[in-house]
Amino acid sequence: MKNKILPFGVIIIFGIIFFIFYKGLEESKIYTPDLNAKKELPVFNTKEFFSGKNIKSSSIFDLDKIYLLNIWSSWCVPCRQEHPILMNLNLENNINIIGMNYKDKLKNAENFLKELGNPYKKIFIDLDGTIAIEWGAYGVPESFLIYNNKIIKKYIGPLNQELVDEIKLLIK
Amino acid sequence: MIYSFVGYYSLVLGLIIGLLLFYFSYKNFYTSYVLDTKILTFTFLQLFFVFISFLCLIFSFVVSDFSNETVFNNSHTTKPLFYKISGTWGNHEGSLLLWLLVLTLFIFLFLVRTKNQPIKYKILTLVFQQIIIVGFFLFLIKTSNPFNYIFPIPLEGLGLNPILQDPALAIHPPILYLGYVGSSIIFSSVLAATSLKIISTSWASHIKKWVLISWIFLTLGILLGSIWAYYELGWGGFWFWDPVENVSLMPWLALTTLLHCILVLEKKTILTSWVIILSIATFTLSMCGTFLVRSGILNSVHTFANDPERGLFILVFLFILIFLSMLIFFFFHKDNDKKSYNFFWLSKETSILINNWFMMYFLSVVLIGTVYPIFLDVISSQKISVGPPFYHKLMIPFLIPFLLMMAIGPKLRWIKSQIESKIYLISFLIISILLAFLVLKNFNQNILINTILISSALYLFFITLRDFFVKKYKNISQNIAHFGFSLLILSILFNNLFASEIITNLKVGETFKNSKTKIVFESIDQQKEQNYNAFIANFSISNSNGEEEKFSPELRIYNQPEIATSEADIKTTLMSDKFIVINLVQNQDFFNVRYQVKPFMLWIWLSVILISFGGIVSFLQKRL
Repeated sequence: MKNKILPFGVIIIFGIIFFIFYKGLEESKIYTPDLNAKKELPVFNTKEFFSGKNIKSSSIFDLDKIYLLNIWSSWCVPCRQEHPILMNLNLENNINIIGMNYKDKLKNAENFLKELGNPYKKIFIDLDGTIAIEWGAYGVPESFLIYNNKIIKKYIGPLNQELVDEIKLLIK
Repeated sequence: MIYSFVGYYSLVLGLIIGLLLFYFSYKNFYTSYVLDTKILTFTFLQLFFVFISFLCLIFSFVVSDFSNETVFNNSHTTKPLFYKISGTWGNHEGSLLLWLLVLTLFIFLFLVRTKNQPIKYKILTLVFQQIIIVGFFLFLIKTSNPFNYIFPIPLEGLGLNPILQDPALAIHPPILYLGYVGSSIIFSSVLAATSLKIISTSWASHIKKWVLISWIFLTLGILLGSIWAYYELGWGGFWFWDPVENVSLMPWLALTTLLHCILVLEKKTILTSWVIILSIATFTLSMCGTFLVRSGILNSVHTFANDPERGLFILVFLFILIFLSMLIFFFFHKDNDKKSYNFFWLSKETSILINNWFMMYFLSVVLIGTVYPIFLDVISSQKISVGPPFYHKLMIPFLIPFLLMMAIGPKLRWIKSQIESKIYLISFLIISILLAFLVLKNFNQNILINTILISSALYLFFITLRDFFVKKYKNISQNIAHFGFSLLILSILFNNLFASEIITNLKVGETFKNSKTKIVFESIDQQKEQNYNAFIANFSISNSNGEEEKFSPELRIYNQPEIATSEADIKTTLMSDKFIVINLVQNQDFFNVRYQVKPFMLWIWLSVILISFGGIVSFLQKRL
């Protein structure tokens, strides 16, 4: 009796090992930060860009309004491309564009806005890039569409006309 | 172009011959009592075609034929010739072709060199080996053809990963493969011998030299990999318990245990189940290593390919082999050990059996540490990584009885009869403990566990050392290997206990100083080489005695692909290594400098060489 159980036991064990390795193969081994889609906004403290006053994240975003949080920087070349599109989008009534100035020098950032215009309702500073990490950002530029204190959609890389059309559609 | 063409069709021909060989073997098995010469011819032809195919791939690399996808992905015109050639097996496709070459080479040698064994046994071994060979042919041709065309033909290749451009690594894969693949012959022949029920003392002495060959190559292969990691990766260590290091260690543990069992089986027909299971385990673990490395199921420095299709193929193939061998084991093998021999509790056999269990314990620790993260990830989607502390905590305590057993085990036969041998065994133990205690006391280390560890290693050291001078004692190869092992453990222990490290950030012209060492960052030079740009930093380091030495570690920026590597500057002397490596700090004008003094580094390499030398001596003895 014992002699018959052993082979079956061994075969079952190897069968399980096979199954687990097989499942293991299917999973992607590339690690990505979790997409913050439809998640609550992170809470943080920061400084206002022009005044330099301390502000809380809760004072930036109101309920019932649509926001587009845009992470930008004066040293970032794609941001420069993206900027006119943001200026354009700002003409829409029902969206508020918020800027997150990412790892930047104040002087350069001011010059950047002077040169290309300021589409932002509010700008706050992320000097060391930690706030961007909390948002799950990959880099600059990046934009988050926000409604009711929730992230609706995330745009990695510069916005283009196509994406802006999509945003306009979503707002309506 | 022509090389790819010839190479590919040689592979196809090799596969066809493999299928033909099944047919011939079938005919020969039932009809004749002499080995059909056709079988020998065709085995040779198969080897020949694989060899041609391999040569074609080498030539494609040498002439930088970028119409070949493998060459395009892994080579570049500015690469030195030596690395163009070694790049042939520095990638997935080429290394599998090398694997196939060794498979066919070994079965051919096996058929030619095996005498005095039944003809049916030879044929069955061939059949099992051909199952493996055909499996690998299919794998190569279907999922990883080394001769894929690219059109339009690119002008330049993507280049070989710079960390692979190292002399030790150029020969590491072939040597390691001889070890891995050598175990395939053991696997096939054990299956053949089990099905024919001819596992006996004469079979053991016949298979022993094959076990020895693959054991020697596996040992040296692991050593080379370790040397590469030490000199090239610049992490300042020689073993990191990286999953891929582990998968080479696991077959080694199984193979070492097998070697000891075979040595017993050579004298008495016992431990047959051990021999069969270990032979199967050794090859299966080698294959499992291939699976883990090639499928990308785990992340490691060695994971070149990340292709689930390949992984699936090897996985299915691996488990077909496992089930086949299990089937044969359970159907044909009847364990007759107990009838023929009673174990006496104080005998060489018992001590080998005890050591077997220790080895199995080490093997399971490594196995669990390697695959458990995969299991956990699949079952509960948790990601964990198992690091050195796990292995150290679980293994080191068990090393102590293991070492003592290694010292006393081989002498158990004499213990009963002679009183004076007992006296020297005990006196050596006392001397070792005292010596270990004295050494450690001077260095203010954590005393208890280290004293016990070092004294047990010293004990083995003294006992084996003494045996070199005792004429009566004949087993010289075993003694060399065990002596080497004691030296290895001692060197590793001293290396860990007495290593010192300084990590600091320095700009050019700055000086770091503590009570023992003064590091001056003198200057930095730029140098342009054929396939990289080098920044050579010049340091002068002086110790408390005022002796000064110059060091020049490098940062290399390779052009194809564009990767920065740190080349450590290592000054090796007999008693210690001095090791300095610099790294760039992002956006800063200073460098991160790591300076280490590692005693007995050279002895680690030497003792492993000594261990495999023991194997070589044993191999040559059999020939006489």
